[in-house]
Amino acid sequence: MKNTDLQFSNTPLCFGMEIFELTPVEWEALRLSLWVSCWAVAWSLPIGILVAWGLARLNFTGKTLVDGLIHLPLVLPPVVIGYLLLVVLGRRGIIGAWLYDTLGITIAFTWKGAAVAAGVMAFPLLVRAVRLSIEGVDQGLELAARTLGASPLRVFFTVTLPLIIPGIITGLILAFARSLGEFGATITFVSNIKGETQTLPLALYTLTQVPDGEFSALRLCIIAVIIAIGALVASEFLSRRFAGHIRG
Amino acid sequence: MLDLCVQKKQGQFQVDAAFVSRTAGVTALFGSSGAGKTSIINMVAGLVRPDSGHIIVNGRTLFDAKTGLDIPPERRRIGYIFQDGRLFPHFSVQTNLTYGMHLTPAKERYVTFDQVVELLGIRHLLNRRPANLSGGEKQRVAIGRALLTSPSLLLMDEPLASLDLARKTEVLPFVARLAHELSIQILYVSHSLNEVLNLADSIVVVDAGRVAAHGNIDEVMSRVDLQHLTGVSDYGAIISTVVENHDQHLTYLRFDGGLIRIPRFESPKGSKIRIRIRARNVAIALERPEHTSFQNILPARVEEILSENGALVDVRLNVGCMLLARITPAARHSLNLRPGQQVFALIKSVAVSTGGISTGEI
Repeated sequence: MKNTDLQFSNTPLCFGMEIFELTPVEWEALRLSLWVSCWAVAWSLPIGILVAWGLARLNFTGKTLVDGLIHLPLVLPPVVIGYLLLVVLGRRGIIGAWLYDTLGITIAFTWKGAAVAAGVMAFPLLVRAVRLSIEGVDQGLELAARTLGASPLRVFFTVTLPLIIPGIITGLILAFARSLGEFGATITFVSNIKGETQTLPLALYTLTQVPDGEFSALRLCIIAVIIAIGALVASEFLSRRFAGHIRG
Repeated sequence: MLDLCVQKKQGQFQVDAAFVSRTAGVTALFGSSGAGKTSIINMVAGLVRPDSGHIIVNGRTLFDAKTGLDIPPERRRIGYIFQDGRLFPHFSVQTNLTYGMHLTPAKERYVTFDQVVELLGIRHLLNRRPANLSGGEKQRVAIGRALLTSPSLLLMDEPLASLDLARKTEVLPFVARLAHELSIQILYVSHSLNEVLNLADSIVVVDAGRVAAHGNIDEVMSRVDLQHLTGVSDYGAIISTVVENHDQHLTYLRFDGGLIRIPRFESPKGSKIRIRIRARNVAIALERPEHTSFQNILPARVEEILSENGALVDVRLNVGCMLLARITPAARHSLNLRPGQQVFALIKSVAVSTGGISTGEI
């Protein structure tokens, strides 16, 4: 495997099927990337929906502050977010120390930390998409459900949630794509550990730093493009399906 | 029975309304747009919290500012039919209908699914989506959905306002049937005199957030002091009648003071019809005229002469019920009208408007 790589790197015009044969390192990076992104989306989605609902429907003091805090990852350099995560969730961090002492959980420098970093970075995108669609839901429908005997919680699950599914899908895909691409916060918070925290972008970066790594890098680059396009197509398809479902 | 007394300040607008409606059947909440009608029923439904007051439906207190009691809308058991229907777009008609029914304890239900579906004629729509329904069909489904929660009071907020005349004619009979077949008390918000005359048993006139009048329709509608609320220049008396007979050209309607002839009107004998006689279509004579085109000549007594607006004089006549005539000051002078005088009220039969909504005349 390594030999063919070397051969091809000297003759870049002779692309064969071998270019799609991934090395174990690349496989590991791809697998880890998908795994981390799925977890990132999984933990941030329920919280994101809750926060989006709160921002869309509640009026409370400090709402602007909360809104600003949520948007920080969008405007701050990712490295800063990574550093803040390290301060808070590191082994000696405020929450990190407590987690380690009471539950024995370590977040920093593990794949869990990568999922946290990716989720935090993707969070504003998720919240924005979901919030937008919640604001698009006719509150009259929710009030109608109340008069029909449904508690606020039931109204949320039977009326609001089904109506914002297209928005949730959009947010989900955006967040997933953002998680796949996460680099700065991840490398700062959980470093670049092969098989543990070395996701696709980190692996790609590493490959560009070593001699003869460009083919591997190219492959990962193509994979990243395929995943991104696939996610966009899937999002479009699902959104349309659900929108059609609502229209009847 | 509905006992309502609510105060609420909304910006510059102040709602301060109180009335007790004892009668079953349809009570119209009548007034111009922005009079505060919707605010009032939103408070009854629990969607808006009054600043003070109380709301009692059938002996059950739903809101009382003094004790701080405020039952949330989902536990008030009050059906609400919104102007825009508000069907859930992601459910089929069937699921929409049963949404509230499933949340009502079985022992508290007084109508069955099949009953409601039959009453409203919506069986063929059950598998459709709200997006594929016409305006009239949507409102019928919305009525059914509210009805299936077996409410103790049904609120209707201009349920026909968004419908064209044909759709109105389609939905209106169902509303009338509800009140009578299921004997539910309905609070019906409307700014259309036409709908009110067709449906309501009693009326609450709302103006600028306050109750301007409350009571029997004929009485309230014939009150001169309320005419600015019911139509500035085009007002008249409302009379409840029963179809007595038909001949080739005319229909005879019986009312408290005798018979009124109107152009032949297809309606079964014995059916109740409300008619409206505009004040400007009523003439006054001191003696019974002969050789005249007036089909209706009714003996009348002058009750009251009102000449507030200067250019015209309004005369309240008692013909067994109240009738209004609008004449010029010159005519009043030449007839030398005074209260208590015996006169004759002359009404052209073609000038009588029947409450029939399909004619759209009123």
